[in-house]
Amino acid sequence: MSRVLVVFDSPDRMLDALRRLREAGFARLEVYSPQAVEGVDELLGRRSRALPLVIIAAGVAGAVGGFLLQYIGMAVHYPLNIGGRPLNSWPAFSTSTFELAALAMLLVGTLAFFALCRLPRLYDPVFEVPGMERATQDRFLIGVDLREASIDRERLERVLARFDGVRIEEVPE
Amino acid sequence: MTIAAERTQDDTKRVVEPGVTPMGVTAHVSDLVLEAPTPLWWWVGFGMSAGLLGLFVVAIGWLFIRGVGIWGIDWPVAWGFAIANYVWWVGMASGGTLISALFFLTRSEWRSATSRIAESMTVFCVACAGIMPIIHLGRWWYFYWLFPYPNTMALWPQFRSPLHWDFVAILVYVIGSLVFWYVGLIPDLATLRDRATRRWQRVLYGILALGWQGSSRHWREFKTLYLVLAALMAPLVVSIHSVVGLDFAGGLTPGWHETQFPPYFVFGAALSGFAVVLMLVIPLRRALELSGVITLRHVDVLARLLLTASLLLTYCYLLEVFMPFYRGERHEITVVLANFTGTYAPWYWAKIVLNSVVPQLLWFRAVRLNRPLLFVIAAGVVVGMWIERYVIVASSLHRNYSESSWFPFHPTVWDWATLAGSVGLFLTGFFLLLRVIPMVSMFEMRELLHKKRGPG
Repeated sequence: MSRVLVVFDSPDRMLDALRRLREAGFARLEVYSPQAVEGVDELLGRRSRALPLVIIAAGVAGAVGGFLLQYIGMAVHYPLNIGGRPLNSWPAFSTSTFELAALAMLLVGTLAFFALCRLPRLYDPVFEVPGMERATQDRFLIGVDLREASIDRERLERVLARFDGVRIEEVPE
Repeated sequence: MTIAAERTQDDTKRVVEPGVTPMGVTAHVSDLVLEAPTPLWWWVGFGMSAGLLGLFVVAIGWLFIRGVGIWGIDWPVAWGFAIANYVWWVGMASGGTLISALFFLTRSEWRSATSRIAESMTVFCVACAGIMPIIHLGRWWYFYWLFPYPNTMALWPQFRSPLHWDFVAILVYVIGSLVFWYVGLIPDLATLRDRATRRWQRVLYGILALGWQGSSRHWREFKTLYLVLAALMAPLVVSIHSVVGLDFAGGLTPGWHETQFPPYFVFGAALSGFAVVLMLVIPLRRALELSGVITLRHVDVLARLLLTASLLLTYCYLLEVFMPFYRGERHEITVVLANFTGTYAPWYWAKIVLNSVVPQLLWFRAVRLNRPLLFVIAAGVVVGMWIERYVIVASSLHRNYSESSWFPFHPTVWDWATLAGSVGLFLTGFFLLLRVIPMVSMFEMRELLHKKRGPG
């Protein structure tokens, strides 16, 4: 037995339990919930750091690349002299530059989201746990990794003793 | 009597009716696709839509065989129905994105229940819009020349042209709408996967949900991504319609060469988009029994938005008449007078009545809450917005700067078939989605209900 899921029926009870588990020194925790629950990330001490940076970088790359594409096409490879107007007519390039920056942010952001979430991943052992199907409906689950040093099932049950009626389910290997 | 008084006090304030529970919404909305038998109205609606789609296939097929000569376009009116249809469809698409993206950024509570309908509508509106400029090209099989791809002719597309900006803008908008719609669907697809009882449903939704677990990591990154997507889609809507306006403003044609065109087109887009959302929301809240989550508050807000957009557009209509006289430019005045009394006068006045006059009824609360009447007003606006695009395209071109070439545009049966057929494409797609995806964002409703109910 290495991982267990603790099933709660309300977000507030789950948050309370999560806080107590954190205070008791549990570190390798994960929450499964049908909607984003405010306060979970703070308790777990995690933040979405990489995604905004990746998206900003994609936006800069999209803007620079988009502008260079138009500049090279119009001013270097295929210069057209139209009434002596400047070849680098940047105001006319600005719309497509914005659009291409937005496209890069959309696509790279979505791909980075999939990579960070490790999706698509059609099978995962947690799906075998009875009750996990309710995590997308109305149950709030805390996943506890018991492989951590000094963490064992008795300790978990002691912390959870005050919550009556919670189920503890094992995650198959 | 007292009940009626009570109702009018509260009805337009509640975003969710009392007694609606998170699990209630989840079960009802997912059972609509997973369990509920296909209702009779669906078969009737789908059958008629598929008939129209068949007409579209025939119209496009004949176009591909014979070329654009089957349409009424000729010199000087070389932009006919295809361009009017394009602007009309892309305008209606924008309304859906405005509701789901702009009002997400403003944290409007009423957005949650209507966003899925609005986004699904957008997806099929942009599909209809994207087809139009391609079939409008005489030699449509060269449309990929718009891409700056390495080619043996050493040619580049003209990046300085508003028409090319438009190609880039519509491309980004199509991709963006699809991504925004699909990303917002993933948690709900996982709910369907977990509630499905039949094997094919579990496989289908299992694949579509991509293995979503609802873990805190998933939600954390999802929230970030969704916020970014909304923050990108809102300016993209404004940009695509501004660029569509610039397609016209960049042309040296009286009545088109106006600095007000970008905002003018954005307002028109918002008006027609809100009207389509209303036309979908009013029957669907009844047919799918969603009146608990799509309340009179939603109907009221959408009606107010329709009125606001109508007022903004009316201002542009007035400016469109004022500016030619203010400048004293003879040909521009000719176009305005031709609109008032010429070949296109019936169309012109129809658009004024449908888009500017009739929506003034929405100042009255009784009208805003009268769903059948509201549906008729919204339908009038949708028709009126098509007429507006048609008048802009045809009327200006038939009175261009060269008087010797003045000639009106006469649509052929194939023009009308293409227009009606594109409606078939939209409706067929939407009817299919009704049976496959949840029409209300279940996870957003769970969040909203949790927030409204407080701790529990």
